[in-house]
Amino acid sequence: MIVAELKPFKEIENMLRDYKKVMVLGCGTCVTVCMSGGERQVELLASALRMAGRLERNEIIAGEKTILRQCDPEFIDQIKDEASNYDAILSMACGAGVQGVAERLAGIHILPAMNTTFIGVSDGQGTWIEACAACGDCILDRTGGICPVARCAKSLINGPCGGSKGGLCEVSKNNPCVWQQIYARLGKLNLINLLKGMSQPKTRPVHPRKLVNPKNAFG
Amino acid sequence: MGFREALDSGKFLITAEIGPVKGTEIDGLLEDADLIKGKVDAINVTDLQSSVMRLGSMAVCHLLIDRGIDPVFQMTCRDRNRLALQSDLLSAWVLGIRNVLALTGDHPTLGDHPDAMPVFDLDSVSLLRVISRLNEGFDMTGNQLKGAPAFFPGAVVNPGADNEAALDMQIIKMEKKIEAGAKFFQTQGIYDLDLFEKFIKRAEGFKTQVLGGIILLKSAGMARFMNKNVAGVFVPEHFIKEMEETKDKVKTSIKIAAELIKGMKHLCQGVHIMAIGWEKRVPMVLEEAGL
Repeated sequence: MIVAELKPFKEIENMLRDYKKVMVLGCGTCVTVCMSGGERQVELLASALRMAGRLERNEIIAGEKTILRQCDPEFIDQIKDEASNYDAILSMACGAGVQGVAERLAGIHILPAMNTTFIGVSDGQGTWIEACAACGDCILDRTGGICPVARCAKSLINGPCGGSKGGLCEVSKNNPCVWQQIYARLGKLNLINLLKGMSQPKTRPVHPRKLVNPKNAFG
Repeated sequence: MGFREALDSGKFLITAEIGPVKGTEIDGLLEDADLIKGKVDAINVTDLQSSVMRLGSMAVCHLLIDRGIDPVFQMTCRDRNRLALQSDLLSAWVLGIRNVLALTGDHPTLGDHPDAMPVFDLDSVSLLRVISRLNEGFDMTGNQLKGAPAFFPGAVVNPGADNEAALDMQIIKMEKKIEAGAKFFQTQGIYDLDLFEKFIKRAEGFKTQVLGGIILLKSAGMARFMNKNVAGVFVPEHFIKEMEETKDKVKTSIKIAAELIKGMKHLCQGVHIMAIGWEKRVPMVLEEAGL
């Protein structure tokens, strides 16, 4: 899932300073699950904007809407008519969602309310951790299903750097050294030998990447 | 006799280390190098150590060669992608540099430009493979070189990894580094000879040369700081106490370092002394250690 965080309120206010009618648009998939850009957060942000506008005598009309996926034209089309009543759309989706809406509703200025941070998994209630770097060259078969590209500060693929202390990473000191986790997992699977294999330097993706899945393309 | 020849000769090796300055004032650094010259087999020159922007290792290595010192060019994977690493290796060779120490490198967030992009396109193991490949006359994608270097590559290992899994992985990675071409190892600072001996026993079958790391203790505070913050370094309480109670910190520091060196003499092939600003005292340490 894609994880995103709300931008600082001041930054959002500043983005909106020239607009009177703004649609705050939530996304019903990833950012709803990580509780940062779904229906509930749309409600909170829209009322915060109204309140701030009132205090600063610069009232704005903040509409509220949430669609299932902002990265999918099918759902964006559902708000096409309603969106034409607004000066701007403040998207609470990830960067892909913002661009999806901007592409489909090209006549309206689409602004990002979020900073997209990572592809992650849940790590206990209310916590998500980065898990995949979308490197395009997966090696999880050799690392016990734990990714060192995304979860080692140096993305090392041939074992740890030697900087861990008490099992924690020396760079982000609250995080476990991912290689210690890999070691433990492979130990449980009786596959420690996999660590001895030489990992080749990774191929690097050329941006932008594209996926054409014939089944989808031709219906 | 250069470092490689010294290593082949079977003598007990001594290397020291200098860290380039932040800026262009190199007099002090060269003065330190001159004082150590002749007493050590090689001097390592660090590559933006602790991720702090400073004068580069390659230029300083070249200056040391001009003064008749055989340098070990430390090269990290932090700041250069595979193109720049290979090109810098070729540049180093034509400037007379023969020994390269391949390291991963500290993360930029630990230094004075924390927002710098961490490159880590290659890791220390793949960098060693690249060096071996260049030595064979090819770049890492298999293109032939017009004139090949003949580097003497080395690597680092951290024998003081603080748990069984971490130590196990250090040993596994050490073996990979040897497979990738590392001919010698310089270790993190050692203060516990029993622990070091255990490590050496595990690495015994590897048939490589290990230079045990010595970090000169400057004070009890420094020891405590390292225990808290530096991975793989553990200064036992009795050394801290000695440093605390002494009236002459330099003398005690030298005594401790010499004691450790003497203890290492029958365990490994040499020592690597990291003086961290006390380079001028390296000759006294060696004298005290009977080297």
